[in-house]
Parts: sequence; C-alpha cells; structure tokens
Amino acid sequence: MRTVATIVRKDLLLELRTLETVPTMGLFAIATFVIFHFGFNRPSIQGQLAAGVLTVTLLFAGMLGVNRLFVAEREQGGFDGFLLAPVDRTAMFVAKAASLLVFLIVLEVIAVPAFALLLLQPSVGRSLPGLVAVLALADVALAVIGTLVSAIAVQTRARDLIGPLLGLPLLIPALLATARAAGPLLAVHGSSAPPGKWMAILALYDLVFALLAYALFDYLLED
Amino acid sequence: MRPRILDDPPSTSSADTAPAAIELRGLTRHFGERTALQDVTIAVPTGATLAVLGRNGAGKSTLLRILATLLRPHAGEVTVLGEPLPRRGFAVRGRLGLLGHDPLLYRDLSGRENLRYHARLHGVSPDRVEELIVAVGMERRADEAVRLLSRGMTQRLAVCRAVLHQPELLLLDEPRAHLDPAAAVLAEPLIGAGAGVTRVLTSHDPRSALAEADLVLGLIDGRVAFAGSPQGFGDAELRELYG
Repeated sequence: MRTVATIVRKDLLLELRTLETVPTMGLFAIATFVIFHFGFNRPSIQGQLAAGVLTVTLLFAGMLGVNRLFVAEREQGGFDGFLLAPVDRTAMFVAKAASLLVFLIVLEVIAVPAFALLLLQPSVGRSLPGLVAVLALADVALAVIGTLVSAIAVQTRARDLIGPLLGLPLLIPALLATARAAGPLLAVHGSSAPPGKWMAILALYDLVFALLAYALFDYLLED
Repeated sequence: MRPRILDDPPSTSSADTAPAAIELRGLTRHFGERTALQDVTIAVPTGATLAVLGRNGAGKSTLLRILATLLRPHAGEVTVLGEPLPRRGFAVRGRLGLLGHDPLLYRDLSGRENLRYHARLHGVSPDRVEELIVAVGMERRADEAVRLLSRGMTQRLAVCRAVLHQPELLLLDEPRAHLDPAAAVLAEPLIGAGAGVTRVLTSHDPRSALAEADLVLGLIDGRVAFAGSPQGFGDAELRELYG
C-alpha cells in the first residue's frame, strides 16, 4: 500500500504541476454537451437518451485521460525507475487505476453539473445519490480497463489510436449497464434508485476485469 | 570473431577471495533481426570495476540494461549478486543502481521531489535525500523543476538517484557525461572507485575508463573482442576496438 500511495501522490503532484489531463477531459465533456445542446435542436432531454449522452460523453472524455496515463512513465523513464525498485510490480497497476479514478471523479464534478445545466430536463437533486453510485461503478470499470489498455498502448507508436481501439470494445458492457442503470434516474418522475440488475452487472464486470487486469499487468511490464 | 583473453586480472585481495558479483556465460540478446550481444562470457569479482568499451552500438548499454534486470537475455546464463536472471530479478532489484543516458527523473517535479519519490520506493529515509543533495552541491537548485535545470545539474541528481539506496552494484553508462570538472569531483565519492562497490562502467573516453578498471571487456558488434586485465589493453587493442 505504501508503494501505491507513493505513486498516486506523484501522479497527482505531476497533474497539479502540468494540468495536462483533467482540464482537457473537463473541457472536452463541456464542449460535447454544448454540441449536443445545439445538435438536438430541443431545449432539454431526459430518461434513457439523457443517460446515453451523459455516459458516452464521460467515456470519451475518460479516454483522453487513459491515453495520457503512462506517458510520463514512458517518456521520462518512470517505468525504469519503478522497475529498478524492490517493489511489487502490480503496485503500479493499482496506483495508476487509483490515479485515473481520481481524475474521473474530478471530471464528473465538473461535467455532471454542466450536463444538468445544458441538457437535462428533470432536476438531478432527488436522484443524485443513485447517480453517484452508478457513476462510481462506471468509473471503476473505466479505471481498470483504461489502465490495462493504456499500459499496452503506451508501448506502441500509435498509442492515441490503440488505447480507444482496445478499450472501447471492452467497455461496451460497462457502457450498456451504466446507461441502463442511469436511465430511470434521469427520467421525469423517474426512480430515485438505480435498477438493481444493472448495478449488479456493473459490479460483477468491475470485479472480473479488476482481477483479470491485476493478473495480466505484471506481464505488460516485461520487456 | 574469437575473443582475445588478455592478461589475467591483477591480483587483489578482494578479487582473490570474493565471489563473483557478476557471471555471464554465453549471454546473447537480439532486437528483432539484429543481434545486440552474442555469446558474452565474463566474471566480475565483488568489489572490482569492469570497464566495457566499444563503439556506439557495440552493445554496452544493452549489457547494462540486462544486468539491471530491465532487459531479458535471450540465451546464456546471467548471475548478478548471486542471483540468476531473469528468474530471480526481484531479489536483485534494490541492490543495484543504474546511472544511464536517461536520468529517470520526472521533468515537472523538482529534484528533491524526484529523489524523495525514489527514496520512498526504495524504503530509504528522507535524510539520505538531503545528505545526497548536499553531497552533489545542489542545495540551492533542488526545489526547481528538473526541466529548468541544465543537463549537468540533472546528471548530478541522476547520480543521487542511482546511489540513493546504497547499492552493492553500480551500473554506470557514461556516468560523467555532462558533468563539469567540479561536479565530477563531487560525484567521485558516490560513483567513483572510492564508492567501494562493484562497478560496471562504460565511457567514450577509454583511457580514463581503463585507468579506473580492474577488468576490461571490449565489444565489437555485440561480440567480445577482448576480455581481461587493463594492463594488457594497449594502443593496438584500442585501435582495433575503435577503428
């Protein structure tokens, strides 16, 4: 845990210094909502459509963070520095997933109010706890898969292409479950709690891919 | 090419009695179609300094990265600090220090932040970081982002990073590159012969490398051209190695 905390602390410090990732993700999400606002040619959306727009926008904004996750490690010798230390290599996976999770949470603190302001018809207040729970599970899915594909993509020249190309198909089940779970929460007179079935699917997806990524990550650091 | 075995290494008490810190037998490594190292065999006693010489692309840096556990050998046996690689790499990491072409420092963090990060990874006290910053004369610039420092100052910090955890084996790839004479003097107790640890070093200045070596390994296109004592390594060998 000490190693994980050390790497997360370093990642957050680097992000605070450079502001390269989170502002880019936030601006992308807001720009996308503005485009949808004008593109739909209607004052607001609700229900499943709103859930789809929110989920897809957050996913694409998240992929920007995924693409940059290991860039400093690759370009500034961070991988070698880490590999020379007598620490468990999977600590890098856990730390990077945790850092990405923090970036995604900050993104949603910016993006969800912007979404409510620009596009959403019903007030999000009553369903906010349910929406937070859905987005939390979705964030774990994106953090786990994103870290795994980013570690693969960063070894290639076309990392900006490889990351989404590998990550998006893997994330389709999570995208589907997130949108279905969030739909009733964003409907006028909708439910205040997300559907249990989709939440369970999302949680199971998180668990399976977290274990899979944890087992595979060590091999990705081999030369 | 058959390697020439030069005179036996000079008899020193450490070389006579100490077990080998590094043993290579038939080490081979490829990068795709290209062979970077071919059938490299040598033993380095504990406490000795091995100078690895050769032109650019001869395989010197590849050899150092294999010893550092960062690259896997494709054939042959590699034993470092008594542990066979790559199988027991985890037992060696933390006991060796690598100072290579890349300083392994984050450009947007300060020197002190970088060193504290590496200190935490190695379980080293922050006091050691402060001690090293003073040792290389970086007290006044240690809180500046690395990207703002000159290459020489960055190299001083890289020296600190490499020796932070007091490694038993130092792998030094052009260690004095970018250091001015004053900085080289400051770095000497940390990475020089006085450091008192086993060292493997490469240098573009073969004469200075030979001056501090107990053993020399000459590489031509990844193959061993010469191996043995620096006393047997003269102008003819240098000409053959560097053309």
